[in-house]
Amino acid sequence: MPARAEISRDEVAHLAELARIDLSDAELDHLAPQLSVILESVASITAVAGDDVPPTSHPIPMTNVFRDDVVRPGLTAEEALSGAPAVEEQRFSVPRILGDEQ
Amino acid sequence: MSTTELKTFEEALESFDPAMGLEVHVELSTLTKMFCGCPTEFGAEPNTQVCPTCLGLPGAMPAVNAKAVEAAIRIGLALNCEIAEWCRFARKNYFYPDMPKNFQTSQYDEPIAFEGYMDVTVPVEGGEDEIVRVAIERAHMEEDTGKSLHVGGATGRIHGADHSLVDYNRAGIPLIEIVTKPITGMGEKAPAVARAYVAQLRELIIALGVSDARMDQGSIRADVNLSLAPKGAGGLGTRSETKNVNSLRSVERAVRYEMQRHAAVLSSGGSVLQETRHWHEDTGITTSGREKSDAEDYRYFPEPDLVPVAPSREWVEELRATLPENPTVKRARLQAEWGFSDLEMRDTVGAGAFGLVEQTIAAGATPTAARKWWLSELARRANEAGVEITALAVTPAEVAAVQGLVDAGTINDKMARQVFDGLLAGEGTPEEIVASRGLALVSDDGALGAAVDNAIAANPDVAQKIRDGKVAAAGALIGSVMKEMRGQADAGRVRELILEKLA
Amino acid sequence: MSDLTRRTAAQLVDALATGEVTSVELTQAHLDRIAAVDGTADAGIHAFLHVDAEGALAQAAASDERRAAGRVAHALDGVPIAVKDVLTTTGLPTTCGSKILEGWVPPYDATVVARVKAAGLPILGKTNMDEFAMGSSTEHSAYGPTRNPWDLDRIPGGSGGGSAAAVASFQAPLALGTDTGGSIRQPGAVTGTVGVKPTYGGVSRYGLVALANSLDQVGPVTRTVLDSALLHELVGGHDPLDSTSIDRPVGGLVEAARQGATGDLTGLKVGIISELAGDGWQPGVMTRFAESVALLEQAGAEVVEVSCPSFVHAMAAYYLILPAEASSNLAKFDAMRYGLRVLPEGVDAPSAEQVMRASRDVGFGDEVKRRIIIGTYALSSGYYDAYYGQAQKVRTLISRDFAAAYEKVDVLVSPTAPTTAFRLGEKLDDPLAMYLNDLATIPANLAGVPGISVPAGLADEDGLPVGFQVLAPALADDRVYRVGAALEALLEEKWGGALLTQAPELDGAAR
Repeated sequence: MPARAEISRDEVAHLAELARIDLSDAELDHLAPQLSVILESVASITAVAGDDVPPTSHPIPMTNVFRDDVVRPGLTAEEALSGAPAVEEQRFSVPRILGDEQ
Repeated sequence: MSTTELKTFEEALESFDPAMGLEVHVELSTLTKMFCGCPTEFGAEPNTQVCPTCLGLPGAMPAVNAKAVEAAIRIGLALNCEIAEWCRFARKNYFYPDMPKNFQTSQYDEPIAFEGYMDVTVPVEGGEDEIVRVAIERAHMEEDTGKSLHVGGATGRIHGADHSLVDYNRAGIPLIEIVTKPITGMGEKAPAVARAYVAQLRELIIALGVSDARMDQGSIRADVNLSLAPKGAGGLGTRSETKNVNSLRSVERAVRYEMQRHAAVLSSGGSVLQETRHWHEDTGITTSGREKSDAEDYRYFPEPDLVPVAPSREWVEELRATLPENPTVKRARLQAEWGFSDLEMRDTVGAGAFGLVEQTIAAGATPTAARKWWLSELARRANEAGVEITALAVTPAEVAAVQGLVDAGTINDKMARQVFDGLLAGEGTPEEIVASRGLALVSDDGALGAAVDNAIAANPDVAQKIRDGKVAAAGALIGSVMKEMRGQADAGRVRELILEKLA
Repeated sequence: MSDLTRRTAAQLVDALATGEVTSVELTQAHLDRIAAVDGTADAGIHAFLHVDAEGALAQAAASDERRAAGRVAHALDGVPIAVKDVLTTTGLPTTCGSKILEGWVPPYDATVVARVKAAGLPILGKTNMDEFAMGSSTEHSAYGPTRNPWDLDRIPGGSGGGSAAAVASFQAPLALGTDTGGSIRQPGAVTGTVGVKPTYGGVSRYGLVALANSLDQVGPVTRTVLDSALLHELVGGHDPLDSTSIDRPVGGLVEAARQGATGDLTGLKVGIISELAGDGWQPGVMTRFAESVALLEQAGAEVVEVSCPSFVHAMAAYYLILPAEASSNLAKFDAMRYGLRVLPEGVDAPSAEQVMRASRDVGFGDEVKRRIIIGTYALSSGYYDAYYGQAQKVRTLISRDFAAAYEKVDVLVSPTAPTTAFRLGEKLDDPLAMYLNDLATIPANLAGVPGISVPAGLADEDGLPVGFQVLAPALADDRVYRVGAALEALLEEKWGGALLTQAPELDGAAR
């Protein structure tokens, strides 16, 4: 798929939705043109490397870094919950969850 | 979906061909989690088995559990899969409060195991077992989520809840997800094939020793994907994904139900929604969950905090050498050893008691006795309690011990049932229960002799018949003696005494 | 006592060893300096987001006790340090310069922080930064910008402007920074200090709140090359908690710095990267760079020009890879387990989803939102191959350019940043202009190779510091110390002292 430098206000709204950020109309107006400029500046990249170039996900090539299956002390419940906005019954209290149980 | 009436199973088969895909999640029984050193014990106090990594605290990093990789490779090999020479973990990005990082560390287009199969023994009603080869698409490593309690609202379920309480003890427990290729051409056998596949996969997992494979505790969870295509047309229809199918029986029922529901929707000119559905054990139906839309975009990319996994071929071969006997082969071997008929063997496997019977025999019981106790007495009790037979608080060793007491003449079968009552109530070992419940048979010939004398005296007519050679009449006297002894006598010994005295 | 704050860490090591000073005196002197010059968000340097006077003095007292008992934990035991607010610290807030983490006190220490504590260095406080390390000016901090000690109207670079300014203004002899695309080296350049980005995997990232995991590295921020080497050797080395950490001992860096300081570079081959010069490069920056190159030649190095043709695409690759990884990393800030929770206005009984959205809107600043959205875009289905996939291929090309260059030369050099420090606010709403500051520093992060920035003097047109960058192959961190120390020695000989002695006096600036 060819890359496009333009990014519409609607697309920004959709991406913000995917990223769980409430953007106000004013923010959308402000950000959409800036994002287009940024995308334009990186769009040149789409034609740089051919199929013969492998992608690099890790800068230093290493493989098989494993940990032994040995219990390591973790946090107490108190430490785990210390930063929580709300706690109930030694659990993280969160607002009602929409959608499915997992 | 609308309130369309279901089609019958037969109607569905008249017009459509089913295709199934099964996704089974196996929770590994490693000591620690997939990416951190937290313990994995079931049922701990909330948020006590957590650390910065599995809580998704800022700055924390994952480190792969070698044992989990080993288990993944062994499962892959047992499923006749190829093992990747090089593969990576990937992030699956989506927001959900019980997922601490809001991405799941999983594998995407580079699973550790792929392209395998399992030959599944499918029981056919009134016929010989049939072997069906189920193609395995992939098996990959990932991590479990936390658990939410939904507070407020009427049912404790997610809908209508006021808020939720999250415990992250389960977050990060290693999972292996095993995905089949579409299973087609099964027709009416589809539900049975689904069940047999999950049952046999479960046996395999137990034989590998990589998970306790308790469906009732969620350590094996099945998702059932189903679609229908017009009969003979080929191709695949739109599928539904039914989650939370947590017993073997439910796997079968869910396939059947979804076939009937899809048939109803399609027959009425409607189209099936691609959606997640929930299985309800109590009512035996599925209900609509979240619709899979274009908005769901997991934005997978290679996990930069973990380096690639590149299992050496030497390691893979070492692990191959540790594989247990193939369950299908093993079953045929043991059936011959035990002298079970096809039907007896099928009932044993169908009841989920194959492993239990095997262990009971290994603990010293005869095959017949082992099968008798598990399939009659204990299967009934599991059914009454609504739990898997493997979840009963009776071990194969205890069953063998109870049979040993019967063989020794210490108790009879009727008392043995009372010993099982005691075992299920946690009253101690079989020997302790026999003692505490006063179940031992009276073997003192003095007491028995007196009771026999009394019975003969009270029934002169019967006694005469026996003296005249009508041995069958002894039954009446035995009943009389047993009544006096309150059942605590060995009926065989009573009969001997009667015949001796009236000879 | 204020003269204590002027000394290098290596000198303080000696002063502590001879008993000339105690760690408590030293720590107090730095706390006094912080009180005098650091000020607030509105005036002063504002290098620190949190100062922990009590904790630092307690650690200093413990250090003095150890020393008295003959149980010194490390050469740097007792020398105070400042820590960038992106590294987790128990007992001290860690905000990453973001409102979304305001007041968060982590229940665990980053590995580098644990090593610093175990070695007995009192932690003075946490330093300011661009929010989640996104920026080149520290203006994107939710808590107000840091100011450049050379000119309080100018930026101190970023994202680690706080650590660089703290060291440049003598508030701390040592600081820890992190470098994802230049966040240690570029602030070093514009504040006249030394900063090192180690080989990727050379220093543990466990407890570094990730910006872009495949690019981030923790490194030293100091006033001299030797001090950087001392701190690098302390915090570097294998950590099983970081699976990308290289499993071999760190060492030879202090030795390389000492050797370099003799000023002899005979036999060394130096490559000037052709692509990192030209239009848009400030003349005063290029002049100082050329002078420094000439000094290296005088010291015996052979200098050639080397082309790295793919470097022109480094910026584009970087601004796709970084936002992609960041968009995923920052998803965890969702108001459920820690940090800011904001209830959306006018919504009755809001859902978790609505609270996440509202909290992330209020908690994140503009630059963070921009990058999250770009990253979400680059990873979304249909665009992955064209953007993220291509960026990763360009990464391969850049590594190949480095590999080819290191066939010919031992180290590569360039100016660290194209310009000297610009004015506060000048580029705040022009993201692209801001991004250009990292042009020369980004390739090293994409390829995982080490780099150092050392002061090269002041630009003629504005009298502000210029940085000289030295890059070496992966795992050859010792080379950047050797060359950096040589250049530092030659320049200081020329200047008649450290560059920072020319910086304006700040005493009382905060008042």
